[in-house]
Amino acid sequence: MTTNKHRKLVAGLVIIALALGYMIYAGVTQSAVYFVTPSELKASAVTGKAYRLGGMVLPGSLKWDPATLDLAFTLSDGTATVPVRHKGTAPDLFGEGRGAVVEGRWTADGYFKATLIMAKHSEEYRAPHDGSGAGYKDLMKTLRGTDAR
Amino acid sequence: MIPEIGYGALLVALVLAVYGSAAAGIGGHTGRAAYVESAQHAALGVFVLVTLAFALLTYAFLVFDFSVRYVAANTNRGTPFYYRITAVWGALEGSIILWAWMIAMYTLIVILRHRRNAREFYPWVLTVLLSVLAFFLLVMTVPAPPFQRLTPAPADGRGLNPLLEDSGMITHPVALYLGFTGFTVPFAFAIAALITRRVGDAWITTTRRWTIVAWYFLSLGLLIGGWWSYHVLGWGGYWAWDPVENAAFMPWLTGTAFLHSVMIQERRRMLKLWNIALVVLTFSLTLFGTFLTRSGVIASVHAFTQGSIGMFFLTFLALVVLGALALLALRWDDLRGQGELDSVVSRESTFLLNNVMLVAAAFTVFFGTVFPLLAEATRGVKVSVGAPFFNSVNVPLFLGLIFLMGVGPLIAWRRASLNNLVRNFLWPVTIGVVAAAVFRLLGVRSALAVLTLALTVFVAATIAVDFARATRARGRLGERLLPAMGGLLVRHNRRYGGFVIHLGILLVAVGVTGSQAWSVQDELTLRRGESTELAGYRVRFDGLAASEESNHFKVTGTFTVTNGRGHPLTLSPAKKFYPRDQTPIAYVDYKLGLREDVYLVLGDFARDGSQATVKLQVNRLVSWIWLGGVVLTLGTALAVLPERRKTA
Repeated sequence: MTTNKHRKLVAGLVIIALALGYMIYAGVTQSAVYFVTPSELKASAVTGKAYRLGGMVLPGSLKWDPATLDLAFTLSDGTATVPVRHKGTAPDLFGEGRGAVVEGRWTADGYFKATLIMAKHSEEYRAPHDGSGAGYKDLMKTLRGTDAR
Repeated sequence: MIPEIGYGALLVALVLAVYGSAAAGIGGHTGRAAYVESAQHAALGVFVLVTLAFALLTYAFLVFDFSVRYVAANTNRGTPFYYRITAVWGALEGSIILWAWMIAMYTLIVILRHRRNAREFYPWVLTVLLSVLAFFLLVMTVPAPPFQRLTPAPADGRGLNPLLEDSGMITHPVALYLGFTGFTVPFAFAIAALITRRVGDAWITTTRRWTIVAWYFLSLGLLIGGWWSYHVLGWGGYWAWDPVENAAFMPWLTGTAFLHSVMIQERRRMLKLWNIALVVLTFSLTLFGTFLTRSGVIASVHAFTQGSIGMFFLTFLALVVLGALALLALRWDDLRGQGELDSVVSRESTFLLNNVMLVAAAFTVFFGTVFPLLAEATRGVKVSVGAPFFNSVNVPLFLGLIFLMGVGPLIAWRRASLNNLVRNFLWPVTIGVVAAAVFRLLGVRSALAVLTLALTVFVAATIAVDFARATRARGRLGERLLPAMGGLLVRHNRRYGGFVIHLGILLVAVGVTGSQAWSVQDELTLRRGESTELAGYRVRFDGLAASEESNHFKVTGTFTVTNGRGHPLTLSPAKKFYPRDQTPIAYVDYKLGLREDVYLVLGDFARDGSQATVKLQVNRLVSWIWLGGVVLTLGTALAVLPERRKTA
């Protein structure tokens, strides 16, 4: 390959690499989301900034209004708690006393407005808790009596 | 007793694989055929033993042998028959044994196909394949033993993850692993080519079909994964840039690059070093993907978490990469290409650009996937980048790739004259521009959608122009239209197989564009008898019913969907309650269509059945993605047919 062509080729590759580098840099700065715990969020919350907040759904804190689709609960890491609000049903595997990660923004009104809720789940399941099936049997009984017709 | 036999089989297989790998190497080095033959026998033995172990594990699942820890962890008495079989590869240990079995099977096919026609490479190919096998067998004896006992044996197992009770789990992992493991063969040939200093195009032509088949299965695995996500997970999407998806997507991108760049080497003797580097990279990425998904370094929706296995994979990955780099350095002088780039406007440079963009996309995906690890290691903060990052960087790259898909196959080799460009591209470009105008007039607002669709039309037009021209040429020789077309497909099956695969990719592109641009959704609570309307569909909630399945309870909603034409449709999304889980799993119901899917997810509901919260989606053009998979399959079948050109 002649040096002139070689130079052109290298120049072309450098331009492509620079363009890609810029795209990645811009992409990261625009869409990086910080993962924080409730304590960390409480310590330094910036209103309007996007966060991922992870913690446990505090037992007794879950409120759900089917008519308005308002979902509210409190996330806790044992030391601090953050009230979270969301519009829409919670995902599968979401529940009180379970881990959850929510994505959204801290609002000036003192609550975390979640746009996305991710329940934590893994491939390896724990052994069933004692008697956990009983509640569902109860539920089934209630439902059997309520067929559409 | 049976688990012990299985464990013993794996141990013996490990010894045989190590022995065979060494024997083949000695045979290759000294040129003595007896060693190679002995290695062949060892490989056959490994295949039989791994098959036996796999069969025994399956048997343990079928008879509910809960004294085996892996069986107890992934099935229970309620697991239906079919899912007891798919549960075999539903988690870590079983997926490794399936993986090893596939490599053993591929090794056997290599022996049957290539022991005569690739004599120089053959011993070293065996060495590499058996070494990889030995690694997986080692993993099954130390960090992830599938036959490990559980004492005392529980009366019932914990059961399969409910999300995996789906027909997609029969095909998705199998296709994906066939793709992953398939790249081991071209990799083995590349290493053999380096060792024997025969870095010409012999190793490439020999493994051409292997590469296409591996690539095809990987594509299929990704598509089925998307289908599984779409119809099981209930969020109405098929791709989430989840680390596990990315892990499979990276080798697909570099494998696609490899599939194209080998053509340049075959035709122009260029890119020798690049091709070997690409196949090493692709193979390494399959290992890296396994490392990501199996080691638990990244929290993901479906990453298996396990302890020491990560170290095993990382060490093996380091060995592979360093070993390949060392070999490349040793053979540096042999790897200089003979051809050179004559002009920027040529098929070579188009393919080169295609490769650069594919590798750039792979790098982007890699970067985004490991970014959280990098940030935590260097700055001590937990930070991640999600779909916006991957989309913003990859969408321009993919658009460029679609454009090149139209240019590459038609533009002249070496240097394209203006005449050549006009002849090939005047019509396609015109059609593409007209299409853009038409889409705009039809009211497509998103500029991105217009651009993507116009590019798709442009590429389809190039294929049509090429095919029409070739058919006419044969017509002038006196052939009738249909025989001429058929003859073209059969005699130039590789070229037209490639075109059909391109059409499949275009269908996927249209599906992705349409679903991103035009899907609509609504979420609301309906009282019994109440209706809602979305995008011309009227959905009425008719009631709830409960039922008991073999291993779970199910609450099913009945909804009547009408859209003013045709018969009303009943959709029955459900919630499944597995006794061992605290919360239910959604069961989506949908009606697929070429234009749009109606997609209904049952959310929350009142226990007395008086009301239900639903997520209703009208997803546009999603079916085109699955259709693209079918076309891909046809194209691949055409491309791997034996070439008949010479006898024509």
